[in-house]
Amino acid sequence: MKSIEELAKIREEALKKVDIRHDREGTRIVVGMATCGISAGARPVLMALVEEVKKRNLQDVIVSQTGCIGVCRLEPIVEVYSPGQEKVTYVEMTAEKAKRIVAEHIVNGKVVDEYTIGTAK
Amino acid sequence: MELYRSHVLICGGTGCTSSGSKSIEEAFNEALAKHNLTKEVKLVRTGCFGLCEAGPIVIVYPEGAFYSRITVEDVARITEEHLLKGRIVTDLLFKEAVAEDQIRSINEVDFYKKQQRVALRNCGVIDPEDITEYIAFDGYKALAKALTEMTREEVIETIKKSGLRGRGGGGFPTGLKWEFTYKAQGDQKYVACNADEGDPGAFMDRSVLEGDPHAVIEAMAIAGYAVGANQGYVYVRAEYPIAVHRLQIAIDQAREYGLLGKNIFGTGFDFDLEIRLGAGAFVCGEETALLNSIEGKRGMPRPRPPFPAVKGLWEKPTLLNNVETYANVPQIILNGAEWFASIGTEKSKGTKVFALGGKINNTGLLEIPMGTTLREVIFEIGGGIPNGKQFKAVQTGGPSGGCIPAEYLDTPIDYDNLIALGSMMGSGGMIVMDEDNCMVDIARFFLDFTVDESCGKCPPCRIGTKRMLELLDKITEGKGEAGDIEKLERLAENIKSSSLCGLGQTAPNPVLSTLRYFRHEYEAHVNEKRCPAGVCQGLLSYFITDACKGCTLCTKACPVNAISGEKKGLHVIDREKCVKCGACLDKCPFKAIIKK
Repeated sequence: MKSIEELAKIREEALKKVDIRHDREGTRIVVGMATCGISAGARPVLMALVEEVKKRNLQDVIVSQTGCIGVCRLEPIVEVYSPGQEKVTYVEMTAEKAKRIVAEHIVNGKVVDEYTIGTAK
Repeated sequence: MELYRSHVLICGGTGCTSSGSKSIEEAFNEALAKHNLTKEVKLVRTGCFGLCEAGPIVIVYPEGAFYSRITVEDVARITEEHLLKGRIVTDLLFKEAVAEDQIRSINEVDFYKKQQRVALRNCGVIDPEDITEYIAFDGYKALAKALTEMTREEVIETIKKSGLRGRGGGGFPTGLKWEFTYKAQGDQKYVACNADEGDPGAFMDRSVLEGDPHAVIEAMAIAGYAVGANQGYVYVRAEYPIAVHRLQIAIDQAREYGLLGKNIFGTGFDFDLEIRLGAGAFVCGEETALLNSIEGKRGMPRPRPPFPAVKGLWEKPTLLNNVETYANVPQIILNGAEWFASIGTEKSKGTKVFALGGKINNTGLLEIPMGTTLREVIFEIGGGIPNGKQFKAVQTGGPSGGCIPAEYLDTPIDYDNLIALGSMMGSGGMIVMDEDNCMVDIARFFLDFTVDESCGKCPPCRIGTKRMLELLDKITEGKGEAGDIEKLERLAENIKSSSLCGLGQTAPNPVLSTLRYFRHEYEAHVNEKRCPAGVCQGLLSYFITDACKGCTLCTKACPVNAISGEKKGLHVIDREKCVKCGACLDKCPFKAIIKK
């Protein structure tokens, strides 16, 4: 180790590996991962969310999973819980759509209306 | 860099390892591979979480689900339900973590709520075999700060001002020790770490080395810089194989990253570390005996002064601190002396780690701010006494300490209060005793230990403790005579004042403190030939009461055929033949057999 900058760099890299292990107060993004969700393609959606959140270095966001949300025909389903706000349910998700949700909803606070359950047929 | 959506933390401390966490890790590896999750879920083997009672422990993040007493069979369920489908397996969670269907965070569990983790802050959080995880949690930042922003005097001043005292037992101010070594003249100086933890039931130092070895390495490098030493030794007992293994990995990684070795952080400061294995003699925890042992000599103490700060390893000035003391140092350098001094009581600053054991619900490892009361530790964090039994006393300080009775439960824990009660902080063992423990027997147990571990160099310890043990044997066997208790007291005082080292000077403490608070139990043994707790076999007799239904189970259980009686008739025990093994009492379905 030749300098403090070198240590800081290692720390920054390493932090990304371990920051999942903190308690957080912020937004929770939950992916329905029951049999129905998984077979409809929830796993790539989940991984896309994890990657996107990590890439944008969103500190206070948890990506988690849950069981069957109940509307199996609209799977994969993603729900966003923000403190003090109504829960938002997105349906028929894909990895691409998931990335857009992170960008527009999580970062900019604008719900992507066209993916929400209200607009589903 | 690989991304993982979940981390599964498996406790790899000695406690959980012996209850099978290794095979659980293997089972997880297989289960994850089977479900194709190895790229999504990361397995991390950590150090001790502290709640050893509930081991093996597995924590799953990001949910923070705290699974306890996990078996290999449970792994498939956790994988299929939680990791695959996101449904937390509620019935496997630690019982307290489930409240009104709400899954609480582990920090809200009673066991953790009152704790404050400084020395243990990384234990159970990081992978101790991966230096980058330590660095992620601010590791080696304190060393960088000390080397580049602080003078050696400033480092010593910070430790002095923090009020940190030795965590190995004596409670000597750490900053002063550093200053003495700094001021001592010598062309070569050393720093050493005492990891020869020998108190029965104590495992604080082991857990730090197993869970966060880099904290000790970093602190020793800081100490080396402050006192002017470029070589350090960690003296750890060979009976701690996991701790030794992880410490060696940590030292190798630190060397690889240039955090040990030449020219650290480009400041020209060189420092390296070596492990020295001890063979597990209790006396080697005494500082001069430890230094002898590191030098390859027989582990025996020598008179002080000269103190190690003046003449230590190979006659050179040597700084010797305990593992837990070192584990506090990086935090003090990073957060400042004022931060540390704001925790604790007036004369005992910071936190203390305790190994809680004996008759207690939550056996395990905990860290509390100094000044927390014994009652909070035993009844809130420890969860109280099992089976509705009555609390009788708590033993602190191991074989050098003493027993504290119920009336002092509200005493705030610090160095001086415990000494005033006739016990001591010691390294932090805490053994809880209930109404079924005989205090004379407890004193005998600890004395038996010190007699075994006495090195034999000085007569008061070698002969005196042996004589005391003989007296205690006599009393517990029911052969005590008038004057025995006074003889014990006189011997104890003489051994205390004339022994060469701390082992002998403190060996009589368990006897003296039980005499102070439970003299009536000694008197009952000697005068009435009675053991009030019903422990001392020599003073007990077994009887069969009228509740006997004549089922004959006891006659079959008795190994010496001491019980006779007709089928469906009252049975009797021949007290001449009875060897008091208790087998009949365990077998009797009608609770008709009693001992008194």
